[in-house]
Amino acid sequence: MSNMKLTDISNDINEWFDGSGPLGDIIMSSRIRLARNLAGYKFLSRCSTAEKTEILNKLKDIITSLDLGDKVFYISVDEAPTLNKHFLVERHLISRHHAFGKGPRGAVIAEREFFTAMINEEDHLRIQVLKAGCQLSHCVEQINRIDDMIEQEVEFAFSPRYGYLTACPTNLGTGIRVSVMLHLPALKMTGQIEKFFNAAKDMSLAVRGLFGEGTEAASDLYQLSNQVTLGVSDSDIVSQFENTIIPEIVEYENAARSQLLSNQSDILDDKISRAMALLQNAHLISSQEALFLLSHLRLGINMHRHMGASTPAIEKLRTLCGVSDDAAETAGSSIAKINRLFMLTLPAHLQLNYGKSLDTTHRDALRAKIIRSALNQDYPQQG
Amino acid sequence: MQCQICSKNDATIHLTEIADGVRTEIHVCEHCAVEQDIAVKSHIPINELLSNLLASQPTDDELAGPSEMELVCPNCGYTLAQFQKEGTLGCPDDYEVFEKMLGPLIEKAHDGNTTHRGKVPSSTPVDTKEQIELLNLRQQLGVAVKNEDYELAAKLRDQINETEK
Repeated sequence: MSNMKLTDISNDINEWFDGSGPLGDIIMSSRIRLARNLAGYKFLSRCSTAEKTEILNKLKDIITSLDLGDKVFYISVDEAPTLNKHFLVERHLISRHHAFGKGPRGAVIAEREFFTAMINEEDHLRIQVLKAGCQLSHCVEQINRIDDMIEQEVEFAFSPRYGYLTACPTNLGTGIRVSVMLHLPALKMTGQIEKFFNAAKDMSLAVRGLFGEGTEAASDLYQLSNQVTLGVSDSDIVSQFENTIIPEIVEYENAARSQLLSNQSDILDDKISRAMALLQNAHLISSQEALFLLSHLRLGINMHRHMGASTPAIEKLRTLCGVSDDAAETAGSSIAKINRLFMLTLPAHLQLNYGKSLDTTHRDALRAKIIRSALNQDYPQQG
Repeated sequence: MQCQICSKNDATIHLTEIADGVRTEIHVCEHCAVEQDIAVKSHIPINELLSNLLASQPTDDELAGPSEMELVCPNCGYTLAQFQKEGTLGCPDDYEVFEKMLGPLIEKAHDGNTTHRGKVPSSTPVDTKEQIELLNLRQQLGVAVKNEDYELAAKLRDQINETEK
């Protein structure tokens, strides 16, 4: 097991968030999670502290000794400082429920972050696989392989009729939650995001705004996931996402981007220019505002990379991001730069990298300083 | 049908509310629904579903008699009342102990599905795997008959006979 500390990963982004991967301009990442419980034990709400500790130690020992193709480290979540818990949630490595729940619990995390096992969350075990772009098939393949390895060592609660038994009946059956993180700024800008919400509802899918408050995500990032887990196999759910749901959403968002470019390029350029001006000059910037503005920069860069868009604001943006030629642009260095700013200026990231807790005003000042120095070539780099 | 608010667009959102035994229906367009904040709850928490279910069947002793509410799981000591409060179950046995009440609830939460499809632990005996296959085929047969897809139903029936041999 690795001795990695959270500060070893907090000062950069990992592959799953760097904007690479198939359809990476719209599908930021793919995630699959499985819920499992050990046979012969009660569900967590009825377990004593001693039983929870027994489950934790058993699963921790098994999972930390698996061959996952990457080193893993372990975090004792119930003993972790509050800031570290917030960081793990911001980073999508554990759920809020796991971070701020009760009793003995822990997380096994792969150094490259593609795998996390949450022990004693709502179920005894929840494992997740996370990848960049649209890679659900790879995620399901990998998570099933890991699930099989764990199953060699323990018996999971399973019934022929209901499948894998979970603490909440909504996860029953496959125990699978398939989700994609979508960046949909053009649908939002053209006032069509409601259509996407309604379509998702019709298909029994859940939509959640990410990195913001409420469903209206400041970042224009949305998580779309399945709700039905019984009576549909994991491969059916994944193929429904890959063959129907994702292509449709990508088409919607691309149509909205084309519409912006051909009919409303003034609106597009205004949004991008305002975002650049504010981010380059602000001395205090809240997390919500930064997420909102960085989303517009990401849209501009992706429109150049994937649609060849070249408006005055987009050209200025490319210079701003320090991309001098198209080869570098194709490699995605400017997108990775925006995504890095996005993640590293989230509240817990800021504070963990600064080395101590900061109040809101100090956070807003530090955030503004980091963004200014990244976007102004001649601005002195901060140490 | 026209929207009751703007009387211009087609009503695409239809809400039925039953409060104190009085039924009211609202038919509005998407635009007015957003304007008037008539939001449709997309995801009802499972324990709320149970409460609704219990409330809708108070007279049918067969389904939700007081005996069901008094049942206690011999393994974990859990009751339906606790589930209603917490939204999670006490142990895997609860699915069998509270089967009568949980069955309809599970069906509702999973778009009408009642049996597992997909991955089975590798340690599962062959007999159990066949049992799962049969459960699945029977559910699919039920759906096919309901949809009057008799060609598919015949195929499924043959498959069931084959598996049962």
